[in-house]
Amino acid sequence: MTTIDTTDTNDLPPQDPNAVSITINGRTVAARKGDLIIAAADSVDEYIPRFCYHPRMSSVGMCRQCMVEVEGPRGPMMVVSCMTPVADGQVVRTDTPQVKRAQEGMIELLLANHPLDCPVCDKGGECPLQDQAFSHGAGESRFVEEKRHYEKPIAISELVFLDRERCILCDRCTRFADEVAGDPLISFTQRGNNTQVMTFPDEPFASYFSGNTVQICPVGALTASPYRFKARPWDLEQRESTCTTCSVGCRTVVQSSRDELLRYQGVDSDPVNWGWLCDKGRFNFQSTNSDDRLSTPQIKSGDTYAASSWSDALETVARVIRHSREGSVAILGGARGTNEDAFMWGALADAVGVTMRDAQLDDGLPASVFSFAQATIDSACAGGTVILLAPDLKEELPVLYLRLRDAVQKKRIRLIEISSHETGLTKYAWKSIRAESGTAAGVIPALLAQADVSTQLASGPVVVVAGRPNLAESASHTMDALSAVLAVAPSASVLPVLRRGNVRGALSLGLAPRNGNDAAAILEASAKGNVDCLILLGADPLSDVADIDLARRGIAGAKFVVAIDTFLTASASHADVVLPAAAYGEKDGTTMNLEGRVTSVVQKITPHGTSRADWMIAVALLTLLGHESNFTTLSDIQDAMSAAVPGFGTTTTAVAIKRDGVVVSVAPPSSAPAATSVAGPRNSYEFRLDLSRKLFDRAIGTITSPSLANLATEANVFIHPLDLDRVGAAEGTNVRVTNSHSSIVLPVRASSSVPRGTAWVPFNQIGADVRELIRRNESIIDVRIESM
Amino acid sequence: MTGGTWKHAPGFYVGDRPQVVTSRFQYEDSYTLERYLATDGYKGLRSALARPANEIHDEVKNATVLGRGGAGFPAGNKWGLMPQGVWPRYLVVNGDESEPGTYKDRLLMERDPHQLIEGCLIASYAAGLSQCFLYIRGEMALAQERVAAALNEAYAAGYIGKNILGSKFSLDIVLHWGAGAYVVGEETALIESLEGNRGMPRLKPPYFPAANGLYGQPTIVNNVETLANLPWLLNNGAAAYTAIGTATSPGTRMVAVSGHVNRPGVFEIINGITTFRDLLYGDEFCQGIRNGNDLKAFVPGGGSAPWFTPDQLDLPFEASQVGPAGSMLGSGAIMVMDSTTDIPRAALTLTRFYAHESCGKCTPCREGGTWLERILSRVVDGKGTDADLDQIFEVGESICPGAFPHASNEKLGIAAVPFPYRMNTICFVGPSAYAPVHSALTLFRSEFDARIVKRTMIKVTAVSE
Repeated sequence: MTTIDTTDTNDLPPQDPNAVSITINGRTVAARKGDLIIAAADSVDEYIPRFCYHPRMSSVGMCRQCMVEVEGPRGPMMVVSCMTPVADGQVVRTDTPQVKRAQEGMIELLLANHPLDCPVCDKGGECPLQDQAFSHGAGESRFVEEKRHYEKPIAISELVFLDRERCILCDRCTRFADEVAGDPLISFTQRGNNTQVMTFPDEPFASYFSGNTVQICPVGALTASPYRFKARPWDLEQRESTCTTCSVGCRTVVQSSRDELLRYQGVDSDPVNWGWLCDKGRFNFQSTNSDDRLSTPQIKSGDTYAASSWSDALETVARVIRHSREGSVAILGGARGTNEDAFMWGALADAVGVTMRDAQLDDGLPASVFSFAQATIDSACAGGTVILLAPDLKEELPVLYLRLRDAVQKKRIRLIEISSHETGLTKYAWKSIRAESGTAAGVIPALLAQADVSTQLASGPVVVVAGRPNLAESASHTMDALSAVLAVAPSASVLPVLRRGNVRGALSLGLAPRNGNDAAAILEASAKGNVDCLILLGADPLSDVADIDLARRGIAGAKFVVAIDTFLTASASHADVVLPAAAYGEKDGTTMNLEGRVTSVVQKITPHGTSRADWMIAVALLTLLGHESNFTTLSDIQDAMSAAVPGFGTTTTAVAIKRDGVVVSVAPPSSAPAATSVAGPRNSYEFRLDLSRKLFDRAIGTITSPSLANLATEANVFIHPLDLDRVGAAEGTNVRVTNSHSSIVLPVRASSSVPRGTAWVPFNQIGADVRELIRRNESIIDVRIESM
Repeated sequence: MTGGTWKHAPGFYVGDRPQVVTSRFQYEDSYTLERYLATDGYKGLRSALARPANEIHDEVKNATVLGRGGAGFPAGNKWGLMPQGVWPRYLVVNGDESEPGTYKDRLLMERDPHQLIEGCLIASYAAGLSQCFLYIRGEMALAQERVAAALNEAYAAGYIGKNILGSKFSLDIVLHWGAGAYVVGEETALIESLEGNRGMPRLKPPYFPAANGLYGQPTIVNNVETLANLPWLLNNGAAAYTAIGTATSPGTRMVAVSGHVNRPGVFEIINGITTFRDLLYGDEFCQGIRNGNDLKAFVPGGGSAPWFTPDQLDLPFEASQVGPAGSMLGSGAIMVMDSTTDIPRAALTLTRFYAHESCGKCTPCREGGTWLERILSRVVDGKGTDADLDQIFEVGESICPGAFPHASNEKLGIAAVPFPYRMNTICFVGPSAYAPVHSALTLFRSEFDARIVKRTMIKVTAVSE
């Protein structure tokens, strides 16, 4: 028998079998097997010039700019450092005359046909070609021939312009489209000196991620319409922030000039977005700059609004709250603001005794979804199995889609998808099954009991991605499906994918429903006349609540409505007092993404007009209502938050937060679990309604961003091609969609991504509103479709 | 049928020499199964199938069958580079012969397609390959037609398909037509094209597709002529094969001669023994330079090879001698230029081809090739300057750093720079654009100097004193 004596070896750190040591320009550099020379050089700030290399994409070695010299058995050899992996003992030189000659030669060749129109190019000043022509070029070109000419620029999509004369053919945009986004809509055409990037004939580069190609373009060949000719890079000021368009929480830089937001750029946060943004998050800064923003408080008199001072408006609101009956003040919303906003409004609600509050609008899941073991994006993508009980992530949380797609493509995880129609991830799923709305919980036990699925589940960690896939289906069905999965895989962790920017923060920090009084219950109470003061905190029930009838009755039944918003939304225009709120980019604070990751959001420009951050309004009301309040700055609130919220911790103050943020574990108060619903079989209404979101719809932030406003499509009802034959309607013609509540007319389209018996309608597009058919007391909605 | 020319093909000439791959060329119906079987056809396959596969592999290794595509890598060794135990593994036949001046594989496919098919079968059996893809250049209509007909005949007769000749060996051969791109002759670009992608070379490393090739599987890419050697080798044995030629370059070799000779055509010469002088002046070969002119220069191994001058005429077809002399044997295409040749224009013609055929993937080839072409065309048009000639070398330096190979020229006192060159590009297309202009400019500088505009200072006369 041998005893292992560990005491002797304790002094030595464990040897990493993958550690290699190389020499770059005489410096010893520690690297790992599989690292590329260029990455190893970056790690010690030995800059090697490059154009095609991008650390988040596979190397292609096309531009040949990153050539370095490596000692070989037959003397020094020139290699491309973005293609050559490190090897132990490798000797690399980046500064020999041979390397310099090769790099200068490559710059000269790249510039040969480049138009050098830097003075009128948006990229000038932040252009890798320009910068490296100065740092690694010879200084003068000897190219005296006429340069290539192409028509320029070409709009390759609604958002992106292509200038082929500037293009250096580095394959970054085409590689991104194919490899990262999975939308290979741009490609090289022609050959030799005429090689060019182009779309396919009559197919625009309609990718949700097209803006990333503009950001990673190393020249000014790709420009985005919202920023074209708006500023010079040296006039821009920037601060690093977090996008709150959805709850993924991508890191961005917010750039402005002369107090106007001009651009967002993705920042590489390793646990979250890897530098990518979706087009909606990237370009909706235009909404902040919109002329339609609310700029002063408004008080309704008769049918019209009159501008008022903040003190008058706040006093009016305070008076209404003061005179409201016990327990008749309700707060809806808060998911759009910062953690500090939510915390202060929660504090105000607690002080005033508001029992009716909800940060969601009956379109998410109960806060109890946060009480399961929680997963992170990284843990979901690390390995094992991911089970999707979620909406189409490509449409709702696009960068999470990129991360999961990447994990599947790299063969790290397997996806099992249970959805009522095909989604963006369906083609990457290991198993994807169609379960009609209301039936997912029923099919899960059999699915997960299949031999290969059991083996797969047992082979590694399991993460359930849970969200609200269908607004015409009660949240209880998703919760039941989640329970069904957890019954089979009890050690699975859950990644809740509620979509609004800071919904997790708002629910965790004081705006979760109390005693089951969720948004639907609040609106119901309001409809019955039990709400004296309804405060819409950046919430627009008339646009977002699936049961539009309930929303209408709720708004109409409230005795007094206060809207705190950036725009006069559909619901805000029913308010008695409208208070202008500071928008994203106009206030500092912190936000919490879907993982519970707290990151900073920053103020870059002065708030529009006299608008104020939500927390300031709460503090002012608190004071007016006679409560002692010591909150004057953001850090006062952050201190109070750290003290008051268990699990939030002290490291989450804005100053302490670094780029990747801090994942906190805060359990919001759980409402009583929603009653289990059982969906019956379809009756003579032979279609089951599936209402889900697309990335671009008529949401206020989208339609007030001119470049995104026309990306919403016509409202359509999609049914299976065979169902189309059965209905007897032709593609694109109007059909009548009916149930016992109402009837609407929509054009019908055949789509094989929709199973038979399902009618899929994208939410909030241009045309008839299918929400007329939805009543929330029915857990699923069946409809009849008739040709006209 | 000796000495005549065929309707669809350039002439093939045979003299009193061993015939390894061209033995059936004398028959009018050489491409039919009937003729093939009558002349020992599929005998090599039969004998191969009777022996264990590794024995056949060893036989090929012992015979040192050099790859005939251009690089001259021994086929037996290439097969040995495949990882053990990874399936499926493929044979890809490179019939995308498009090197300027080369037309030997076309003749092999047009005149003896069954010999190629038998070669594919033997190679697949010996190296344990699961499927064979025959990639034929898009422009070779007759070759495609003949190979397709031969495949049909061979399938019908049971030489291809399941349990070939009653053995346990099964193989399918897929015929694929290219779409006409020079770069697809590069083996990794050919694989990309075969997979349905844009024909662009893959990044190296890995340097050989043996480990990671078609559809990510182990793949052997062999030239048509290389495989056509195998039936003879199996019939006669490695010893008989190595008895022809020299120890380092055994067997015979097909060369295609074009240009200013009295009798251009394809010849099967003896590897390592036949010299360029034999080939260009010999009675059984090209029978001298046309009109009794002097030889000025010749390209020894396809358009991308650096040029030779009469100084190198006595070199044999032996890579170990041609390389140090400053060029390569390449694809076996000899282009002959006599004393009447306009050297700058000849260089432009070749450079223009490579610039046009660049796939556009890497910078030096895409930009440099066209730049060279444009400078050169200005020079040819009589509008070039001194600086342009220097700039040609500067652009070349960006494509191929360091000394570029060229032949010696005793009269001018120029010493040879040995082959090969270093390159900044992914594949050989970029350097190929530089090779002709570099040779022409190094060996025949005076012809360029005579073309360029001499800038002389204009005298300014003083108007008043």
